[in-house]
Amino acid sequence: MTSQQEVQLIAAVIAAACALPGVFLVLRRMAMMSDAISHTVLFGIVVGFLLTRDLGSPLLFLGAVLTGVLTVSLVELLNQTRLVKQDAAIGLVFPVLFSIAVILISRFAGNVHLDTDAVLLGELAYAPFDRVEWQGIDLGPRALLVGSGVLLFNLGFIGLFYKELKLATFDPALAATFGFLPVLLHYSLMVIVSVTAVAAFDAVGSILVIALMIAPPATAYLLTERLGTMLWLSMLIGVASALAGYWLAWVLDVSIAGSMATMTGVLFVGAFLFAPERGLVATAHRRTRQRWAFAQQLLVVHLHNHAGSSDEAEECSPAALHGHLRWSPDFAAQVLQRAERNGIVRRDAERLWLTEQGRKLAQGTGVGG
Amino acid sequence: MLEFFLSLWSSWGDYTIRMVALGAAVLGVISGVLGCYAVLRRQALLGDAMSHAALPGIVLAYLLFGTRDLGILLLGAAAAGWLAAFLLLSITRHTHLKEDTVLGLLLSVFFGFGMVLLAFAQKQPTAAQAGLSRFLFGQAATVVERDVLTMAGIGALALVLVALFWKEFKLLSFDPDYAATLGLPVRLLDVGLTSLIVVAVVVGLQMVGVVLMSAMLVAPAVAARQWTDRLGTMLLLAGLFGAVAGIVGAVLSASARGLSTGPMIVLSVSSIVLFSLLFAPRRGLVWHWFQRQRNARRLRWAMQHGDVPPSVPVMPPADAPPDPRIAEQKGASR
Repeated sequence: MTSQQEVQLIAAVIAAACALPGVFLVLRRMAMMSDAISHTVLFGIVVGFLLTRDLGSPLLFLGAVLTGVLTVSLVELLNQTRLVKQDAAIGLVFPVLFSIAVILISRFAGNVHLDTDAVLLGELAYAPFDRVEWQGIDLGPRALLVGSGVLLFNLGFIGLFYKELKLATFDPALAATFGFLPVLLHYSLMVIVSVTAVAAFDAVGSILVIALMIAPPATAYLLTERLGTMLWLSMLIGVASALAGYWLAWVLDVSIAGSMATMTGVLFVGAFLFAPERGLVATAHRRTRQRWAFAQQLLVVHLHNHAGSSDEAEECSPAALHGHLRWSPDFAAQVLQRAERNGIVRRDAERLWLTEQGRKLAQGTGVGG
Repeated sequence: MLEFFLSLWSSWGDYTIRMVALGAAVLGVISGVLGCYAVLRRQALLGDAMSHAALPGIVLAYLLFGTRDLGILLLGAAAAGWLAAFLLLSITRHTHLKEDTVLGLLLSVFFGFGMVLLAFAQKQPTAAQAGLSRFLFGQAATVVERDVLTMAGIGALALVLVALFWKEFKLLSFDPDYAATLGLPVRLLDVGLTSLIVVAVVVGLQMVGVVLMSAMLVAPAVAARQWTDRLGTMLLLAGLFGAVAGIVGAVLSASARGLSTGPMIVLSVSSIVLFSLLFAPRRGLVWHWFQRQRNARRLRWAMQHGDVPPSVPVMPPADAPPDPRIAEQKGASR
């Protein structure tokens, strides 16, 4: 495999791995937890590094995961004092841990490859050069192996606890009654988020972790209401944005992580505008249709009410629509035209008649009589 | 303590430290005051999203005008932050996505797009782009007198607006529905208040950078909230806490190598929060603990004697001011 293909593969695997826990973050209204965790893992990595003095040590990974859990626990702790709301608690906790990490780096690890710029952005282009070898055999880039491991882990966890996660997400009270231990599930999910964030963070930086965890599930949520569909759709959207972002970066010669995040946004905007049922275009179309349908209903009810009454000649004329229904002449003309085309109203000269179909419609609304 | 004040006094002679401390104090006042509204309206993470979203605005302003002038870059930042706030409002209105999801989405996508633009800027032959990445982590040391004056000017304007719309913003923060029934232009006020928060964020970018800006908005407000139930007092306290943390952080960071200014300011202000959460009267954790102990003692006494102690009541004294949150809920349900 060329290193170009390897970078794309790494990006795709990480995007898929991030999308899975991201779905639950979005559904459980904890999206900003990914923001907090992806920033604080730096603290764990730095502390792990200062203890081991080895950037390749697995302890760094462990430290980072533990920091993710620590972040969540601190937020919950602050929240439970009821002195601080949850959003403010998130906004308090992660800057503190991030600040400590930045100070530790600049004081004790300034000359190591623990660059604060790389923290936010990662460097995906260099990922293929960090390879794992076992007894002289090249097993592939480290990021690819770690990413695949995390992807399988996430798939396994969600596959095993699908029912529990689903219930605990949509009805935590019922889940608790069934003995599903929502708190345990909550923390397991947070461990998953931390593990995923740490694995992805190494390759793509903290900002893209947030983009890949939140944007694809948000996009998928606009397209479906079924959890199963949302899960695989999010993975698909994540992979698509990763690959599209890679090529965009290649063509424009810019930051890979940045252009991937941009592509997740482009796909979201696409769904926001053109989602079949909930997109802006579909909604606007539906509104217009409903407006005309309602106007025609009003028209037939009006005609039906005055049919056979003494003022029939005056009321059932195009001129009355302007005065009595308070429609502008233009609007009234358009409604009439549509009603005639739909065969519910017949017009000869200055009189309007309901057709058989129109009378049924008026009676069906339950207003006329 | 004495040593600290001595170092404060001696370092005051240094121009850079004086400017950094002044800038941090100005930022502390602005973000402290405006952060109160963000925290009370449960929009604490808005500042975080805005500060990340400002990046493409900064770079675009640079690419369009080819200047590093702080005023122009900050205008770009404000435009991008404002756009993000507008998108936040319209996406949450038109979809069933929750606010936190949209915040995370906007934050990461805007920032990612900013990185793409930054890569463009860095390919330009001129050296002027070198200063752009300082907005990521903040580089307080580059602050000069003109920057401080710019910040102070923008901040003063924001504070005047807060004073002018005092009544409206207060009502909007505590009971937006009531504000709407009174005929106040709630949407417009909402946009105005959010724009002011954008201003605070933009002012702080150069000092503490995008990541730590959220703490500057949230922390002073949370700390001040513990000491008072009155909005006016809370704003004053938050401004004071912000300013003190700014000066202390700036001076501490100058005292030794490797203590970056932004993180030191954040740690200072967070220490104030921790202290307030623990020791604030009536709300603080320690105060609550003592209260429980006292109640337990009194209950034991009552069980032994078959009566409550005559001198002091079991519950908080009747003449204590009522908790405004409870009063508010009662008012709303009526």
